[in-house]
Formats: sequence, C-alpha cells, structure tokens
Amino acid sequence: MSAAALVQLMRTPESAAALRADQWNGILSAARAERLLGTLAALLEYVAVPDAVRAILADARRDAEREQRIALWEANRAVEALAPLGLEPILLKGAAYAAAGLNAARGRMIGDLDILVPRDRLEEAEGALLAAGWEWVKPDPYDDAYYRRWMHELPPLIHRERDRMIDVHHTILPLTARPRPDAAALIAQSVEIGGGLRVLSPADRIIHAVAHMLADGDLSGGLRNLWDIKCLFAEIEDKSELERRAARHGLTAHLARARRLADHVYGQGETRVTLADRVFLRRLLSRDAWGRDSRKWLGLAFYIRSHLLRMPPLMLIRHLWTKWRKGHRPV
Amino acid sequence: MRHSLTLAIGPATFRIGSAWEQPIAQLRALYAAYPQDAAAIADYAVRLEPAGPLRRWWRPSVRIAGDHMLPDAAPMALRHGLLAAEMGMNLQMALGWRRHLLIHASSVEKGGRALVMTGESGSGKSTLAALLGERGWRFMGDEFALLDLADGRVHPFPRLVSLKNAAIGVMRAEVNDATRFGPMMRETPKGDIVHLIPPQDSIARMREPARPALLLFPRYGFARDVRPVGQGEAFMRLTQASTNYVALGEAGFDALHRFVTGVPALAVDYESGAAALDIIDALWGEVA
Repeated sequence: MSAAALVQLMRTPESAAALRADQWNGILSAARAERLLGTLAALLEYVAVPDAVRAILADARRDAEREQRIALWEANRAVEALAPLGLEPILLKGAAYAAAGLNAARGRMIGDLDILVPRDRLEEAEGALLAAGWEWVKPDPYDDAYYRRWMHELPPLIHRERDRMIDVHHTILPLTARPRPDAAALIAQSVEIGGGLRVLSPADRIIHAVAHMLADGDLSGGLRNLWDIKCLFAEIEDKSELERRAARHGLTAHLARARRLADHVYGQGETRVTLADRVFLRRLLSRDAWGRDSRKWLGLAFYIRSHLLRMPPLMLIRHLWTKWRKGHRPV
Repeated sequence: MRHSLTLAIGPATFRIGSAWEQPIAQLRALYAAYPQDAAAIADYAVRLEPAGPLRRWWRPSVRIAGDHMLPDAAPMALRHGLLAAEMGMNLQMALGWRRHLLIHASSVEKGGRALVMTGESGSGKSTLAALLGERGWRFMGDEFALLDLADGRVHPFPRLVSLKNAAIGVMRAEVNDATRFGPMMRETPKGDIVHLIPPQDSIARMREPARPALLLFPRYGFARDVRPVGQGEAFMRLTQASTNYVALGEAGFDALHRFVTGVPALAVDYESGAAALDIIDALWGEVA
C-alpha cells in the first residue's frame, strides 16, 4: 500500500535514497491525495532525491508557502473585521499553526480559515463579517437551520472578493456529539501571539486536533490530521496538563487513541494497539499507488460512524431522509 | 490500475491508468514517437475510472480523475476515452503546473523565434498553429504555451492536436497522411473531434524553447482587420488566459510583464484560413 510507503518515508527521510521509480510514483500520488506533499517536501528538503522528484517537491513547497501567506492574510482580514467589536478571534488548525510558527505548519496546505469566538457573541461576529464582504454559500434553508441549531460553527462564509472560506466556530465539536468540550475554558486559556492574533493553549491545540480527527468526521484526511497531532505532541512541554485538559473536555479516550495511532504511524511503533486501533490504521493507510482509496467499504463504514458520532439514531434517520430527498448521496 | 502508460510531453511526464484497454492502446499508438518510459517518475497521475459500480461493463462511462481533479466533472462515454485521457492530462497541467507561466495559447517557431497565438475557443488559434506546422514552421503546441520564469523563452507542449468540427476537414486537406490522424469521435461535449499527430520534427524538438517574437489575438469569422493591442490590455488578457498566473505570485507577474513589454501584440480578425496565413506572413516579415 503506497500510504504505508509514504509514512515510512516520513518517519525516515534518509530512506529516500533506496526508493525505485515505481515506489516514488505511488508515494507522490498518495501524498497528493492525503494533502501531505508539501509536508513531505519540507521533510525531504535536505535529502538527496532524483531530479524528477526534486522538481515536484519544489513545486509543492512553493504552493505551501503561498497557501500560508494567503491564510495569514485572511486571518489578518478577519481580525480587522472583528476588531471594532472588541473581539479577538482565536485561530484554529492550519492558520493557527502557521501564525504561531509551529512545526506542524511546515509545508502544510491550509484551506479554509477557522476561527473560534464566544457563543454569546456569534451573532455580532457574523454581522461584522457580512459587513466586511463575506457571504453565505449554503443557500439551502435546511442546511442553514441545521448548522445554526446543531453545529459547532456557523454555516461557511466566502469572501466575495478574495474567494476564501471562513468557518466561525463557537466550540470544537457539534452540539449533538457525545463529548461536550468546555468552550469557555478553551477561550479562557487561549494565548496571544501578537498582531491581534490568538491561538489555543498548547494542550488545547492537541485536544482540538484529536477531537477533529477522532470524534468528528469520517477520517478522510486523517493522515494529515495525525501528522499535525504528532508534531503538536513533540512541542508540548507540560504533558500532565494535557491529560487534565483531555479529562475536562471529555476526550481522554480519544487522546489515548491518538497517541497510539501517532506512535504507530509516525513514531517508533512501540505502543500496543487495540483491535479497534487496527481498524483505524487500516482506514488511515488505504491509499494505493494511484492515490485511490482502496478500501471503499471501510470508508463507507467510517462515513456511517461519523454520522452516528454526530447525532442520536432517530435524529440521524430524519436527517438522512431529508438529505436523500434533496438528492444528496454518500460516496 | 489494469492498463497504464507513462508518457512525456514537453517538460511534463504523465502516468495514465485506465480500467479499460482501449484508451491506453489508442494513446500508445498515437504517442508512439514520444518518450514512453515505464520506469520514469511521473509529474502527475491521470486515472480513467468507471463512473459508477457497474459502469466498467454496462454502458461504460469514464470518470476523469488523478492527482488534480475537478469535483463535479461530468463522466464521458468510453468511446470518447481518448478525449477523456487528453482532458485528464490538460487538467493536471492547468491545475498543477508551476515550473512555467502556463498560457492557454498555441505557438509555432521559425528561425529560433516563436509566434504565440491566444484566444477563446473557436478563435482558430489551434487550427492556425496546426496549419503553420505543415508549412515550414515548427509546431510547438496548440493548447498551452509555457513561459520560462527565468529567461522568458517559450517552451513547447506539443501534445496531439485536437481538431474540432470544421478544422478536421481543413487539416485532412492539408495533411496527406492518414496514419497521422486518430479515430473520429462524434458527438463529444465539444462536437466532433479527431486528433492529429504533430510533425516528427515538432516531437523530436519538444524540449527546445524559443524566444517569443510576436503575440497575436486571432478571431475567426470577422472581416479582415489588424489592430495593435496595448501592453496593458495584452497583460490583462493573458492573465485571464493563464491558469497559474495567480498561483505563481510575483514570479508570474514578472514573467508576464517581461513578455508583454518585449513582444509586440496584435489583434487579427480573419474570414478564412488562407487570409489568416497571409496576414501572419506579412506581420512576421515586419518583426523577424
């Protein structure tokens, strides 16, 4: 499986010298599909690779630099738009890693801008962003109502001139999910990094990455999320604080699993993994040499799991029925 | 994937995989003169996949996928599989290429200097380049001109010429060699399409760039007219004709700026291929 070859190379960049052309082809396609090519390029910056690979990695490095520049500019624009309210948004995920200069940001592709604001100020924030040029992209009233009632974020907004998406969060998991992270604690512990920018505390950054990967979603893009987590682990100083925060947010088991998976995929692989962990690993490492998901059924199972995580069964049935009637099909 | 082929066109190498044999066999034959090194490291993978669980066999239908994809691309009939493969490769270039400023333009070369023609679909830029390629010019490409970011030269991307509708008859009358034409694909999303293998010399010299000498904005179906195009207008029109101008940032701006300030630009309206060739001859005489 090429995903396995990819993570093997990420673990030991110096093994690049031994790779054959067909292995490179599989690794490059798997890395693109997992949005890890820029990260791979950063890891291999000072490693000897074939000329054809060097050119591809140089392109990826340039793309990642551009994405980070744009992401930080978007963050700057959001701060500017919210400043009159006296509101300092907290950056999440990619933009936060880039703004704080963390290792997870090296070569990382950054898509949307994710920010966190207190729930009781959500309406004001929304109004300010709309006034500053962001617009709705979910025209469907059901979707809009669903977001507002049940999700951890506003329906996505896109800026009309810059064409960039912003997700405004008020917590880090949907309100329907079983764990209930303490959003007020996340905000209270956030740290200022200059330029009017704030990010979550080191421990809460990990908690958010773990919640995002294991308590929400179907694990697509999981390898990238796990790489973030691996990098964040390496940079945290107070490990006991991390346990305390996980307990406070109801994510202790998720944190433990993330630790095992990260060790197994990107680390020494010394931790014992459970049977369930093995299923997660199979899902994470499912890209073949053409960048395809070679385990479609497992993907479908995780898709169903993502919905069960997100809402209780009866609500789920009603939701799926509504979406089906509107023509939505999974996969 | 079950069937596959590695193929180099100009500076780019593609790995094309398919669930069916037919598109790969067609590519292998039509691109026989191009490097096909199965042991090469490819810049991009292109996949021709069944558009649904049964679509490999039942009313076979191709989804174009690969390293770079469009989320909502419409599937195509398998009999248009060759076109799907071409579109897949174009898509990789349009979305992924960063080593040159990529301009949606055709180009031909004579005496080490390049003529670049850009315009919307139907402007005739592709047919004109193919015609010139049979009449003493070196055909460099009918779809993408690759502008060097460091020295401003134009690099060829001489993929198969994609002839549409009336252009098919024009080129059949021009080229007396049936083996250079691919199969007729009728009723594709772009009309009837036949591929034409570029002249041998064009393929043999596909890694040889040329200094741009003239930029034309041809427009087919209008009364003969030639107008100068200002540098500002040429710049703006080329930003729209480029798929990676924004992605390249400052390097893209510099390359385009150098191009429009160094190369004269003209808008050319014409009513027939013969008229266009006349005009080009005259204009080339002035700049060369």
